[in-house]
Amino acid sequence: MTTLAPAEVEVEHPRAADEVEHDRSWIVIVWNDPINLMSYVTLVFQKLFGYDRAKATKLMLQVHNDGKAVVSSGTREKAEYDVARLHAHGLWATMRQD
Amino acid sequence: MLERRRIERTAKGEIRLRLPRDERALLRSLPGQLRRLLAEAPDDPSLERLFPPAYDDAESEAEYRRLMGDELTDGRRRALRVIEETLDEERLTRDQAESWLTALNDLRLVLGTRLDVSDETLLERLRPGDPDALEVSTYAYLSWLQEQLVEALAGDFQQ
Repeated sequence: MTTLAPAEVEVEHPRAADEVEHDRSWIVIVWNDPINLMSYVTLVFQKLFGYDRAKATKLMLQVHNDGKAVVSSGTREKAEYDVARLHAHGLWATMRQD
Repeated sequence: MLERRRIERTAKGEIRLRLPRDERALLRSLPGQLRRLLAEAPDDPSLERLFPPAYDDAESEAEYRRLMGDELTDGRRRALRVIEETLDEERLTRDQAESWLTALNDLRLVLGTRLDVSDETLLERLRPGDPDALEVSTYAYLSWLQEQLVEALAGDFQQ
């Protein structure tokens, strides 16, 4: 059974003071869950990211088989926008610095 | 009983709805229940899957929640409203069909969380006298319906 607790992600090491956060790339991760339909997840990837059927299906299967997949990346703002859209569609998405 | 598709894409690319009266009655009863839950018990555990955390650090998460929380809730309310308003239609516009997709999925997320659905075959759990039988059946019905809607909408996207 899937857990509703925050997904296990590596704990970030404290950043050096001179590192500028927004210059670093963020990744958006979608986690497997037993409720969302596989066909629905594929459709959402196509709709939100413009991926073709083959790429969206591959990502969906990666989520299904491996438990998670990185579905997009970019600035913090872009990642947060993508996460919010995935949340609006009911997918279990989180983001972190790559 | 369920041999006929309830939602399908016509040759012209329209989304056609064909819901028998008792299924419409069921679908009419569900959005209000979820809307009440969102309004009156936003911390109810069955809503957790609707609002997963974006960040693993508490500060960023609180900020995300502050920025996005209302918008996510409002979007869900709007989608539920569209189901109620268009149940008796024979055709759905794209926007209406998108709202149906969101609302059906949200209802399944809440029911599925409440029923603790796992990857095992859902209907195998059903036993005579199961107090959850109605919710399990509703969950299965909504899944069946959503699958048809996904199939109908998939034609809009690049192959």
